[in-house]
Amino acid sequence: MADTVDVLIIGAGASGAAVAWSLAETKMRIVCLEQGGWTRPEEFPSTGRDWEARQNGDFATSPNVRARPADYPINDDNSPIKVVNFNGVGGSTVLYTGHFPRLHPSDFKVRTLDGVADDWPVDYETLAPFFAENDRMMGVSGLAGDPAYPPKQPQMKPLPLGRTGARWGQAMNSLGWHWWPSDTTLATEAYEGRAACINLGHCTPGCAQGAKGSVDITYWPAALRAGVDLRTGCRVREIVTNDAGMATGVIYYDAEGVERFQAAEVVVLACNGVGTPRLLLNSASARFPEGLANSSGLVGRNLMFHPYIQVFGYSDEAVDGNRGSPLCLWSKEFYETDPARDFVRGYMFQFNRGTGPVSEAVISTENGRLPFGKEHHTVFRRSLHRKMSLSVVVEDLPEAHNRVTLDPVLKDGHGIPAPKVDYTVGENSRRMIEHGVARAKRILAAAGCGDIGVQNPILYGGWHLLGTARMGTDPERSVVSEWGRCHDVKNLFIVDGSIFVTAGAVNPTSTIQALALYIADQMKQRLATLFD
Amino acid sequence: MTEQAVLSADERRGLAGFAGVMIPASAEYAVPGADDPAIVADMVSTLGRDAPWVRAALQRLDALAEGCFADLPEARREDVAHRLREEGGAALATLCRVVLQCYYRDDRVLLSLGIEPRPPFPKGHVLEQGDWSLLDPVRQRASMWRRVE
Repeated sequence: MADTVDVLIIGAGASGAAVAWSLAETKMRIVCLEQGGWTRPEEFPSTGRDWEARQNGDFATSPNVRARPADYPINDDNSPIKVVNFNGVGGSTVLYTGHFPRLHPSDFKVRTLDGVADDWPVDYETLAPFFAENDRMMGVSGLAGDPAYPPKQPQMKPLPLGRTGARWGQAMNSLGWHWWPSDTTLATEAYEGRAACINLGHCTPGCAQGAKGSVDITYWPAALRAGVDLRTGCRVREIVTNDAGMATGVIYYDAEGVERFQAAEVVVLACNGVGTPRLLLNSASARFPEGLANSSGLVGRNLMFHPYIQVFGYSDEAVDGNRGSPLCLWSKEFYETDPARDFVRGYMFQFNRGTGPVSEAVISTENGRLPFGKEHHTVFRRSLHRKMSLSVVVEDLPEAHNRVTLDPVLKDGHGIPAPKVDYTVGENSRRMIEHGVARAKRILAAAGCGDIGVQNPILYGGWHLLGTARMGTDPERSVVSEWGRCHDVKNLFIVDGSIFVTAGAVNPTSTIQALALYIADQMKQRLATLFD
Repeated sequence: MTEQAVLSADERRGLAGFAGVMIPASAEYAVPGADDPAIVADMVSTLGRDAPWVRAALQRLDALAEGCFADLPEARREDVAHRLREEGGAALATLCRVVLQCYYRDDRVLLSLGIEPRPPFPKGHVLEQGDWSLLDPVRQRASMWRRVE
């Protein structure tokens, strides 16, 4: 085990899988350490009668609720938005909706365009071929021609509109606002060994049909065929460095709990916006007393979540409910900055279908809509499969006080200090939320919905973990370079959402993976001078 | 985990009493109440990690009842249950979720709602395509993404 490998990747999620697959063509010896294991399709909740209950149990999106051995606890008490993720092969793509928008070209130039935050050191044009390559690997369904984006070509036809989507479309047309079928990684036809979607309607807690493009069934089979060594049940405790300030490998606990050292020429971090700063901070040493790669003091800072606000109402007739993918459409009507508004940047509307009976009953009981007693039945029957909801997905600006640190007390099952999240919703975001909620209510009214409610923010809505080891050309103002190499440690790379400079207002997985492929490509091009 | 190991007999009666207040049987819809023995048995046997929270909520019901909640007459049970709902909290939320997730997977209840009692996989659902001509006005819009140069 201690034999030196060429490349050691930490984390087998969205970005780690993409990097492993891309680097595999070099024939270097590549090992990936993943703290969780594989999830078999028959384990997913949609295979059993308790399919709704398990999203509050062993398939909860919150690691604190799920509390599997592969999970590490997160102290997010000081945050109105709780972290959600999945620890295992495939990472959080196992428990995501498959909504797959790209960042917009303007998202990479926010300082230039809007005078806030910082520009990225890469741009949309540079990433475009990697977006396309990633789309091919993940298998994207959608519809070409969206006026909100530069031209792109999804591999498969879009998801059905269904009754709910048609209502959304009619409402948006009546308001004259943009809407478009979402790009998703839900296969609408057989694709590269994946079966077509059959509308299980329960995409987030894992797709038993295998239609959802999670990287355990997209990148990993190809990477394994190419010779990558993926070791599961292996939790990394720290990255070890030598006197020259270079990474020499990692200390980790294997599946039996035995402490081991794996030597490596290159270490690639792919643990996303909470796991990556946690590991860097846990790798402090005499040479790096504030944590590894942290001479800028920015490791863990500038955490961006995307506050999600759900606005919902009830239709006068049954719509799709849970009988189709939860997400189907997006709107970018208010995505780009408008100087007439009292905020900069913008937000996306993400249109949802509905929920199953248990979720409808639980949510409506929690918000007081569903009564106790004999009226329960009447109200429930007026609600089931009539709910329509949309999310206002807000661009969070980077703010240094929103951060990940190490909790002084909390530890994981191996005794490794756990992360602590301190986060508040910023003033620009609050104004954006107010704007978005008002317009979401107009959309619901136009869709014929009444009894409108708002969940602000969605409590367990911390899906997108960004910005805590950001990229840039200035070592004093960034953690990694414009091609993902840590400024302080020349054989340590970061390829996950932590390197985002700004967040945009879309689900980030597509951009995370395009960035990971871009960084892998840069590494391949620079192999002879990688450590210069 | 056996039923006996999860909840005591009194706790089980309290759970059934609360469930019956939440969702009484309905002759109009021909459905059992959530205090139906089979549904309560499902709750008890699948409590799992929710057991401590449910037990805490049941203890709070007894406290509000100033005695055994399950022994109260029906009208008093309703009063106490509503007082707990007004108090709110994580224990109540868990108790309600446990009741609801077992009630709304019961075959009799699902059939009364017109839902086939089965898991989503492998049969899935049929979803109509919808009218794609609705997109025509959007297709005709000018490009709206912001240029950076």
